[in-house]
Amino acid sequence: LFQYCLSGHPTLPCNVLKFKSTTIMLDCGLDMTSTLNFLPLPLVQSPRLSKLPGWVLKDGSTFLDKELKECSGHVFVDSVPEFCLPETELLDLSTVDVILISNYHCMMALPYITEYTGFTGTVYATEPTVQIGRLLMEELVNSIERVPKAQSASMWKNKEVQRLLPAPLKDAVEVSMWRKCYTMPEVNAALSKIQLVGYSQKIELFGAVQVTPLSSGYALGSSNWIIQSHYEKVSYVSGSSLLTTHPQPMDQASLKNSDVLILTGLTQIPTANPDGMVGEFCSNLAMTVRNGGNVLVPCYPSGVIYDLLECLYQYIDSAGLSNVPFYFISPVANSSLEFSQIFAEWLCHNKQTKVYLPEPPFPHAELIQTNKLKHYPSIHGDFSNDFKQPCVVFTGHPSLRFGDVVHFMELWGKSSLNTVIFTEPDFSYLDALAPYQPLAMKCVYCPIDTRLNFIQVSKLLKEVQPLHVVCPEQYTQPPPTQSHRTDLMVDCQPPPMSYRRAEVLTLPYKRRYEKIEIMPDLADSLVPLEIKPGISLATVSAVLHTKDNKHVLQLPPKAPQPPASKKRKRVSDDVPECKSLKPLLSGSIPVEQFVQTLEKHGFSDVKVEDTAKGHIVLLQEAETLIQLEEDSTHIICDNDEPLRIKLRDLVLKFLQKF
Amino acid sequence: MPEIKVTPLGAGQDVGRSCILVSIAGKNVMLDCGMHMGYNDDRRFPDFSYITQNGRLTDFLDCVIISHFHLDHCGALPYFSEMVGYDGPIYMTHPTKAICPILLEDYRKITVDKKGETNFFTSQMIKDCMKKVVAVHLHQTVQVDEELEIKAYYAGHVLGAAMFQIKVGCESVVYTGDYNMTPDRHLGAAWIDKCRPDLLISESTYATTIRDSKRCRERDFLKKVHETVERGGKVLIPVFALGRAQELCILLETFWERMNLKAPIYFSTGLTEKANHYYKLFITWTNQKIRKTFVQRNMFEFKHIKAFDRAFADNPGPMVVFATPGMLHAGQSLQIFRKWAGNEKNMVIMPGYCVQGTVGHKILSGQRKLEMEGRQILEVKMQVEYMSFSAHADAKGIMQLIRQAEPRNVLLVHGEAKKMEFLKQKIEQEFHVNCYMPANGETTTILTNPSIPVDISLGLLKREAAIGPVPDAKKPKLMHGTLLMKDNSFRLVSPEQALKELGLAEHQLRFTCRVHIQDPRKEHETVLRVYNHLKGVLKDYSVQHLPDGSITVESILIQATAHSEDQGTKVLLVSWTYQDEELGSYLTALLKKGLPQSTA
Repeated sequence: LFQYCLSGHPTLPCNVLKFKSTTIMLDCGLDMTSTLNFLPLPLVQSPRLSKLPGWVLKDGSTFLDKELKECSGHVFVDSVPEFCLPETELLDLSTVDVILISNYHCMMALPYITEYTGFTGTVYATEPTVQIGRLLMEELVNSIERVPKAQSASMWKNKEVQRLLPAPLKDAVEVSMWRKCYTMPEVNAALSKIQLVGYSQKIELFGAVQVTPLSSGYALGSSNWIIQSHYEKVSYVSGSSLLTTHPQPMDQASLKNSDVLILTGLTQIPTANPDGMVGEFCSNLAMTVRNGGNVLVPCYPSGVIYDLLECLYQYIDSAGLSNVPFYFISPVANSSLEFSQIFAEWLCHNKQTKVYLPEPPFPHAELIQTNKLKHYPSIHGDFSNDFKQPCVVFTGHPSLRFGDVVHFMELWGKSSLNTVIFTEPDFSYLDALAPYQPLAMKCVYCPIDTRLNFIQVSKLLKEVQPLHVVCPEQYTQPPPTQSHRTDLMVDCQPPPMSYRRAEVLTLPYKRRYEKIEIMPDLADSLVPLEIKPGISLATVSAVLHTKDNKHVLQLPPKAPQPPASKKRKRVSDDVPECKSLKPLLSGSIPVEQFVQTLEKHGFSDVKVEDTAKGHIVLLQEAETLIQLEEDSTHIICDNDEPLRIKLRDLVLKFLQKF
Repeated sequence: MPEIKVTPLGAGQDVGRSCILVSIAGKNVMLDCGMHMGYNDDRRFPDFSYITQNGRLTDFLDCVIISHFHLDHCGALPYFSEMVGYDGPIYMTHPTKAICPILLEDYRKITVDKKGETNFFTSQMIKDCMKKVVAVHLHQTVQVDEELEIKAYYAGHVLGAAMFQIKVGCESVVYTGDYNMTPDRHLGAAWIDKCRPDLLISESTYATTIRDSKRCRERDFLKKVHETVERGGKVLIPVFALGRAQELCILLETFWERMNLKAPIYFSTGLTEKANHYYKLFITWTNQKIRKTFVQRNMFEFKHIKAFDRAFADNPGPMVVFATPGMLHAGQSLQIFRKWAGNEKNMVIMPGYCVQGTVGHKILSGQRKLEMEGRQILEVKMQVEYMSFSAHADAKGIMQLIRQAEPRNVLLVHGEAKKMEFLKQKIEQEFHVNCYMPANGETTTILTNPSIPVDISLGLLKREAAIGPVPDAKKPKLMHGTLLMKDNSFRLVSPEQALKELGLAEHQLRFTCRVHIQDPRKEHETVLRVYNHLKGVLKDYSVQHLPDGSITVESILIQATAHSEDQGTKVLLVSWTYQDEELGSYLTALLKKGLPQSTA
């Protein structure tokens, strides 16, 4: 059992498991923090951005000034943003049999894997994961493709050059592996390789391994996975939540009895309480709007936004915000809002009950109906006519490097009346804001990450009791900025095994048994013998058939018995074909009964001598002796095969066969 | 011998009141709990006293499974759980769980409020009954208890309809409920994997029908509706609120749109809007096309179809009315039918199956003078058309499902005996499996022959896989092991391990034979000759000449000494254990024949 670790990002994991004879990729997260090193892609020409000065080396050389621009002391690459892919060299990815996806955030690298590595396998994911994952990819491709950039910088990636750059560019890892965004045809091709699965569906892989998705409570359709054979169980926990938000609650019970539990996707903000953050979000939003300012919420088109809209639905009337327009701008805004209403089966109990009425599970349907929430594919078109300020805008991308959000940052950044509220935890908000500095607009950081925190993890581990825990190295030490918080790490016994990017782990497990099926006719032929009270045994001699990793035992075929006379002749002619197995023997031979038996079978001259360890039985006339000891019998006879066989069978009658 | 027992309490050689008891490996499961549309007395519900004479149902039944929301499959559920008394789990899919209580309430209202029956289940009972329901996802393996698991497959018959696999250990039964093997305008086709159940219990409503192409039927339907409307007639289409109604609405909606027709289309009962809501919210259960396009255009938002008011029935001029219920046995469809039946310009189109005893069944079988309540005779002059839009599999579809699932036995329910008989023969001929068709109350017993799963120690499995002088993939491998049976665990281990685990010592049985060989040479030369001889004969075996002058063949030891009296005779001592019996015996026989002269 091996684990190849292809991603170093703890919440965007990509691991490959070699389990029995199958190769299983667990998630393929795409690390997008690399885009923070790039300049934003403005939707309309931005004089500010285009006037940024080129970066000049300390020695005055300017050969990089076309590729790198400086803004408020930070250096940015002026090029199409690029993403950090999972490791592709650690193992041959064309050998991957299946990919298991845990949630829509963890599949963003899928097209790179399925379309570029010779992958021929199957991808498994739940329906909401696929549908919303498609929306996220569509939005990503759309926001990058609609702002074509002539320049594609690559000089700075040269190792010799990169050494000279200021941090963080200097320290950026694997820059040679950074890739431009994929295209829609690639997305479609990748998604066509997905097979839909439901929670608790058992999926057989090559008869050797069974995989099962379980509800993880984090997002619509998000799942943890059980990977098991009859005797080993690996639990893959990725992005789970115990909070009650919109998705179905996490299934913890099924994670019990794991040999290995791989733990990824914990909260990125372990010190923030999501409920408190939502409260802060609402009050900051209200305050800004009341003061006549606009609120910008950089966000993904699905996920936490549903919960935020639900909070606002309950909050706006009491906060006197009924007349403030809420805009949701994304090429997939409409689809996201529509899709959220049709996954009743993947929702928490309360929302399911609403569907039974039948009412839409999310109240944003009502916000739309009453015109409080409006959605647009982009800032162009209808939006520019309807746009009224002050207002609240939800739009992407949370990195502030592309998407409609760039436009609003440029538009509202100069006024201190406006506020940008960060709710997505994936990007450092200071880094995200860097290319917009200096900035007059207020910035509020309310990261909402509902994934497990360390207290919940330790409770979970106590509950499900895995034999071994494997997790990214980041979870085995306190966060670098809070090194005294030893409570902010995974604590369990035995201590977790940690992994980092490009490492191969050998996971501990010891397999002792395998399932095998005994065919009915063979089972009928077995003769069980009670050896001890409650314990019976039967010797089995059977033919082993192995097909598709399934083992079956059948009755051995009856060999045609040649006539006895012929057989004797052939014995000396034919070498025995292969070592035919005889059972082991056990028991002991009581000498008196043995002698009686011999006499009954016509041996009249039996003589018994005592020895140190047992007896010697002599058959004088036949010049044959039998040594009987507690655990052994030795028949020494001359050249008389029929006699030997007769004695053998008499001895065997006293012994048990195994 | 393990067996599976099946007893239909309803739907045995009949359509209606589906309720089938299955006993499998000690577990008892009830499939569906329906009512019979053709009866108003005791016969409308299954006879639950059959299940247990004096025990509680909850103690006897491990679970109840409901295949879909049609009343002939779930109509007796509140009676069963609340009035007879059952507190165990009831499984159904999410859409069924959502829609079923609404239809039950509707059924209750018609029975109690309109017909004035007492001693019927109440609204509260429906609610209490639904609390016992556990919703299942498609393909989810639901563990009812440690041994019993069930799994739902898409059946396509109505929104949320499912087939269920019931499995205990290696034994399994698949119950199809009602299903449709061809996708239609709003639902997909039923699908099941090659799960090879011991028994497939299939509906057989259209056991003898092989339906023409759906396109033709649709064209026919539209033509008839169109002609009637053109000549100013009224068209009544009795339907159930959910199911075919939506299919036909989509059909008429698109036709009206394309032909730019103006005659009004109405849909009766307040259920309509609600029903369409369910379709919108459970759109993942509809077919691919609707799911793909629902963001742009939701197929269940109709432009031409409006809500019906009772007063409209007397309006002059053409109209099309969808009215419930579908078999003209009660309610609004029957009321409208009475009003319009006398006019030959009008038409009633029966789009689905009608059970015996209903007005629908009577007019379809050609009756034109109907005795109504109060001995009134109703003369039917309007045209009566039957168009099979029921989403049931036809004979071809049933055969196709059998091919997909590869069952070892088939049992037919939910059909008429005569038609079943025909299909039964066909199934037995084509698939060479037994096919059964028990009547209600009749028990069918099917012997299963499951193989027995045991745990084999990996050491033994690997040893067996590696054994044999020449590994030959094609040759079956003979393995020898010991099966340890303790409590309910079966483990196959190597004999050594079995001995060790039981704390027993091995008893070694050894044989030593003296073989005399005539050879005047020196001892070591004799040994060398023996060695060369054996080496030549036993090519596949490990034959070794040890430094101490002895020879081993595998674990068999051969030593040579000179005869004490006769120097020209050498004595070979051949010694082997019982485990090498065959080879040892062979060797003594071989050596006894002497050494070949040529070996020098």
